[in-house]
Amino acid sequence: MTIEELELIAKNVKQENDKYDYEVNVCMDLACASQGAGALKDALVKAAETSEKKVLVRRTGCMGPCSHGPLVRLDPDETLYHHVHAESAEAIVKNLGEAPVPELQCDLNEHFDKQVRVVLENAGYIDPEKIDDYIARDGYKALLTMLVEMTPNGVVHRITESGLRGRGGGGYPTGLKWSTVAKANGDVKYVVCNGDEGDPGAFMDRSVMEGDPHRVIEGMAIAGYAVGASKGFIYVRAEYPVAVSRLTTALREARRHGLLGNNIANTPFNFDVEIRLGAGAFVCGEETALIASIEGRRGTPKPRPPYPAASGLWGKPTLINNVETFANIAPIMRNGGKWFFNMGSERSKGTKVFALTGKIANTGLVEVPMGIKLREIIEEIGGGVPGGHKFKAVQTGGPSGGCIPEEMLDVGVSYDALLKMGSIMGSGGMIVMDDTSCMVNVARYFIEFCMTESCGKCIPCRAGTAQMFTLLTRICNGTGTLDDLALLEDLCSTVKETSLCGLGQTAPNPVLSTLKYFRDEYMEHILHKRCPAGVCQMEAVNSATSIEVMA
Amino acid sequence: MRKNGFARRALIETLHTVQSSFGYLDDDSIRFVAMSLRVPLSQAYGVATFYHYFTMKPPGKHTVTVCAGTACYIKGADKLIAAAEKRLGIAQGQTTADGQISLMTARCVGACSRAPVALCDGEVVGEMTRDQVLEQLERWIVE
Repeated sequence: MTIEELELIAKNVKQENDKYDYEVNVCMDLACASQGAGALKDALVKAAETSEKKVLVRRTGCMGPCSHGPLVRLDPDETLYHHVHAESAEAIVKNLGEAPVPELQCDLNEHFDKQVRVVLENAGYIDPEKIDDYIARDGYKALLTMLVEMTPNGVVHRITESGLRGRGGGGYPTGLKWSTVAKANGDVKYVVCNGDEGDPGAFMDRSVMEGDPHRVIEGMAIAGYAVGASKGFIYVRAEYPVAVSRLTTALREARRHGLLGNNIANTPFNFDVEIRLGAGAFVCGEETALIASIEGRRGTPKPRPPYPAASGLWGKPTLINNVETFANIAPIMRNGGKWFFNMGSERSKGTKVFALTGKIANTGLVEVPMGIKLREIIEEIGGGVPGGHKFKAVQTGGPSGGCIPEEMLDVGVSYDALLKMGSIMGSGGMIVMDDTSCMVNVARYFIEFCMTESCGKCIPCRAGTAQMFTLLTRICNGTGTLDDLALLEDLCSTVKETSLCGLGQTAPNPVLSTLKYFRDEYMEHILHKRCPAGVCQMEAVNSATSIEVMA
Repeated sequence: MRKNGFARRALIETLHTVQSSFGYLDDDSIRFVAMSLRVPLSQAYGVATFYHYFTMKPPGKHTVTVCAGTACYIKGADKLIAAAEKRLGIAQGQTTADGQISLMTARCVGACSRAPVALCDGEVVGEMTRDQVLEQLERWIVE
């Protein structure tokens, strides 16, 4: 495949699409599909066939506001319909070109206005199983142009210039990582895409892999060229069967088009990608554990250094980046490093995709420029807390992150600001809690998670999280004392400082951040044997109330 | 195994194939996989027990998997699990004595925007209520 052939495909797709007067895009992502998007699409296809209008019905990836699903977007006029069911199909097709169906029309201007879409630019516009759709939206253009016009060093330089930082949570500068691997000695190098989205409450990577798989593959191929690798692996959770099948299809299509394989674009560059399945272990998101898992062993981390950049898969230099990081590569190559550098805040560039969930009106995927205030995300994009409840905290970074209270909401989102607040950027889960959530209980939930997910290799994490869980359980059921609290705090710092890998080092974060901002709730549990949110059931209450609770 | 060229590194892929064909891994199948791929039995058993996705118990005829991810937990997944446990008289991770229903929990299936979520025989059902879970269980019980 050469750049001319690529342009020809794009032209053909455009011509093909021009035959239709209207496009009806149906979101078929997991959330919409579970609300009947499959039947809706079939009904729309049927209605389009019987209609005189020339209508193209297209299946797409996640459009964003999942709580409004199933979603349908009409082109060219960009009307968005929400809560659409199969019965409305005929009315939708009938009204094309006229005024939109009023009862289905969705007004989410505020939701979309504040967003900037880079990673999700194709979400809702392409059929994830059609490579031609991706090519028509400038897909693979960056890869082919770069192979002909740029040196590997030039590519690394452009990524460095963009200021992109790892989107897996740590925020390590991507350009620096790439140049380390590029400089490492060795004929054989590997590129690994970390799609083990173990963070409960986050689904950005799933949406990208399912909705726009070629973007990830293109990013990996560019990385392969830059660091001198000819083999890549995508490590995906087994819990995401759709992502696995979409990626398999995408890889097959890319090979068929000569965009993967030997002598890509008639250059000496060879690159191919293999899929590796995870099997449900949170710790495998840690890079050394992920390497062990790809090699077919138990996913236990190793002490670093040596870093994977020097000695990774089978002892070879290995570049590991997250799905979202790779998804950012192609746009940076296309638009230049400066373009990306100009977005975002001072030390965190570009955009970030968040999975907005929990007690919030518009749940779903959002992509915002770095530096945006948390309050804007929650109140304007998210539509605030529904049901007349009061906002209490937002949890970012999953089990490794922390809870941020209302008074900190005016801080701009960036790696450093979140770290300063006792949380982390994480992979992008953002879970909103209202006054019906008990913060002690939430901390206990996360510690339980870390306890069961601890691989058991190092003692601080294995034993420490178990002891923290016991102490938190005691506080939750009303038998905790102030000594327990002191012990808990002591244990937090021990686990944080002495654990081997990121899982253990960050496990105390949910406890520390809730202790910092919601200490009064802990005190209420300990001193007055009362749970302010009414979540925890106390053992030490008098018999009359306990009978009531049981009944 | 042939697809992966009997490579040792394909141990996890092979175990996935075995589990999706038979529903679970038993001693015999682990022994067989270990022998064919020439990996130590200890490693094969270690991998099979390390990862949560692999199960060594045969599943029931129907499986309800309640998502216990953070978003689902905040929206009351624990109450769904408790209700199902009470109705079936088993704890999570177990199967009823007649082999009809298995009650499982998952660490996030990625449908957080529709929390709380449950998988009924693999199909995602969003915004589950306690009554919906019980209704589904009743239907399976009478079967």
